[in-house]
Amino acid sequence: MHILRFRPNKLAEIARKNRQEIIKARLGRRELFKLGLLTSAGYLATKGGLSARASRSGCQAGDCQPGCSPPITQPFVEPMPIPPVLPERDVNTYQEFVDRPPTDAPNRATNPATGIPFEGRTQTHQFRGQFPPEKFFVTRMGAVPAVSVHPQLPLQTFFWGFNLGGADLVADPPLSPGPTVVTRYGDPVLIRRYNNLPAGPSSGGFGVPEVSTHLHNFHSGPDSDGGPCDPTTGGNTTDPFQQGRFFFRGQYYDYFYTMARAGFDAGHPPGGDVNETLSTLWYHDHRVDHTAENVYKGLAGFHILFSEFDTGDENTGFRLPTFPDFDIPMILTDKLFDPASGQLCFDTFGLDGLVGDTFLVNGKVQPFFDVFKRRYRFRVLDGGPSRFYQLFLTNPDNLNQQIQFHVIANDGNLLPQPIAVTSVLLSVAERFDIIIDFKKIAQQFGASRLWLENRLVQTNGRGPEDELKSAGQGDKLVEFRIGAEVADNSVDPTTNPQFLTLPSAPRSEARITREFRFERRNGQWAINNQFVDCTRARFKVQRNTAEIWVLENSSGGWQHPIHIHLEEFQILTRDYGDPPPLIERSRKDVVRLGRNDRIELFMRFRDFRGIWPMHCHNTIHEDHAMMLLFEVADVGDNKERP
Amino acid sequence: MVGITRRAWLATCGLAPLAGGLAAWITNNKGPEQRRGWQTTEPRELVRQRHFPNVELITQEGRKVLYYDDLIKDKKVVLNLMYVKCRGICVPVTANLVRVQKLLREHGRNDIFFYSITLKPEEDTPEALKQYAEAHGVGPGWWFLTGKPADIELIRRRLRFVDLDPVVDADKSSHIGMIRFGNEPMLRWVACPGQANPEHIFKTMLWELT
Repeated sequence: MHILRFRPNKLAEIARKNRQEIIKARLGRRELFKLGLLTSAGYLATKGGLSARASRSGCQAGDCQPGCSPPITQPFVEPMPIPPVLPERDVNTYQEFVDRPPTDAPNRATNPATGIPFEGRTQTHQFRGQFPPEKFFVTRMGAVPAVSVHPQLPLQTFFWGFNLGGADLVADPPLSPGPTVVTRYGDPVLIRRYNNLPAGPSSGGFGVPEVSTHLHNFHSGPDSDGGPCDPTTGGNTTDPFQQGRFFFRGQYYDYFYTMARAGFDAGHPPGGDVNETLSTLWYHDHRVDHTAENVYKGLAGFHILFSEFDTGDENTGFRLPTFPDFDIPMILTDKLFDPASGQLCFDTFGLDGLVGDTFLVNGKVQPFFDVFKRRYRFRVLDGGPSRFYQLFLTNPDNLNQQIQFHVIANDGNLLPQPIAVTSVLLSVAERFDIIIDFKKIAQQFGASRLWLENRLVQTNGRGPEDELKSAGQGDKLVEFRIGAEVADNSVDPTTNPQFLTLPSAPRSEARITREFRFERRNGQWAINNQFVDCTRARFKVQRNTAEIWVLENSSGGWQHPIHIHLEEFQILTRDYGDPPPLIERSRKDVVRLGRNDRIELFMRFRDFRGIWPMHCHNTIHEDHAMMLLFEVADVGDNKERP
Repeated sequence: MVGITRRAWLATCGLAPLAGGLAAWITNNKGPEQRRGWQTTEPRELVRQRHFPNVELITQEGRKVLYYDDLIKDKKVVLNLMYVKCRGICVPVTANLVRVQKLLREHGRNDIFFYSITLKPEEDTPEALKQYAEAHGVGPGWWFLTGKPADIELIRRRLRFVDLDPVVDADKSSHIGMIRFGNEPMLRWVACPGQANPEHIFKTMLWELT
């Protein structure tokens, strides 16, 4: 066929001419539909040389915007991948740890092979003496070899990811999403992360090969939190001999996690307050000024915490669906692809936010997922960079059905009890653990397949519209295909099981109330009239006390998912004084600040001393630079509007 | 397809030979996919095409320069927007950048070029820009640029110094206060608030533009 010889823009020209002919032929809408030239959404079908996207003016090589990605006309053709679990290593025998034992003090000797220190870390691990590591892991960051995200796109060569730890990146290639780290409370953990990223200029023109891996949102010391910058560890210097937060090619960084709950050195020795148990975390890059491009490029993965309550075995504890067969992590990442090359694209000059037009889950575009007829737990994460999602379960064969599922955790914190919902709203970095009972749904609704459908409309980085698409008209992220019935001993959320108790959040306990006004001034993001500053922490919190933080959105109609490191908070009020909705009566670490919102948070700051950030988690806003640093020290200050 | 009658179009649609061809073109990209209609652009070229139109500008010395070829290519640069009569945001941002440039030069970094582009090319002649530069005490290697209004607007859009709200965007007195700086050959670009602490900006630039 001669059409195969044409380049995409020639194709666009043909498409445009064809469409003009249709208009000239005065075909009515009904005729177009009967001829199969219209999709059910009312767009011209991408066939017969009529691609609506190819004919959109301005879509040429280099255009990285919604509507320009090569169209995906065949969803649900590949299964949803589940990232492998990062293998544990024996610190006594695994070669990496034999050659370079993981010490409390960082390994700052100069590596003769690179000329810079072996390890990027400059601080010792706080409380490591009290919690000596028992589980050890290694992973290496590098370029992901050519990978398929969908048969209608070329093999992707611009992704970066994490491998399973091996030194040979050919035999053990980096993956995106990265491998899932699985750890348990009570077993302190050390993870050695290597930067084996390629030297710049980076593929696709985005990504920088310095990294800082943040465990979102574990109760971590500053030495292992993986934050963006810290004035006590070199600020934003790129001198490898001074920088102690992000690290360079050829270096490693040992991250240490106590696997204790918050409060272990503040009223709840020795293992912390059990009601501060976290379940679903994720890890992602946090390199200052370049977080958006690096995370978008693929540097993200899950970290699952099990405990005596959330055991991973549906026969014990809270009897949540057994991991890994029925406990599935899902990271949602919307992306853009270059119309001419079909490769992942990112506009590093964008300031507002990136809203993608192609929807990936666990790294594949619109996959399907086979499920048995029983309950599953899905750990759903909005991986960003900017989109808000409102997720529904839609029966493609009966769009009008309103199908319930249960939320059991918010931002990785188990709720006091499950909440039945028909939809859930996520902003960037929020997590919801949900239970979908495919057996009950099959019985009650006669469904044999279900879409996880995003019905929230969003066109730019300012935030979502107030508009929901009707069932079947939204973005279909995954198609669940319901199979045979199998044994299910997991707890039925409709029986109202009790999970954890929320820690108290009494206003009277707060030592101080601080206000933070998020503003936009001449296109710059400011908090209390001040801008980002890696050279100083803005205020001092007193260790082992509580504070009330008031977040006020005064940014002229922009919505922001605000994230605070170190601790989980509880929302006291939203929307100028209202109690939060039931689903947000939870410990959380990301809070959606609505258009003209005013939110009061209660937060304790325990155990560790150091500097952490608060920032917007729309990663493009974060980079430009909606962020401040705070310090936790023995003596706090009294700045109410820092 | 050109010149086809309605009847003929309806008759041929069922065959959909083009549909098959298009579908084949889209799906036949496994294996040596780069040769099957997918065209990759080298990343530096991609960034250049997307962000740096090679338009002609005039410096405050009256010299004609090409935006990409003469100002950006192979260089480490800092870019901001301003205009001479701007009483608001330009004042603190320019003052900050003067301070930052001093700190950089004191640190031995004379290899970073500063470019301030006027949003009012109809008003701001090279002479006016030169006076502005002298009044602010800018150091060497800092060009104030004007040009054709349509070209300036193109530069602004390609720098993404645009407000989503068209009313705000049209108001030049509320123009964007971000500064953008980068190392062009390394394809590393950062944008930060022009009003941020100059010490913070200096340190970021010093080390980002190595």
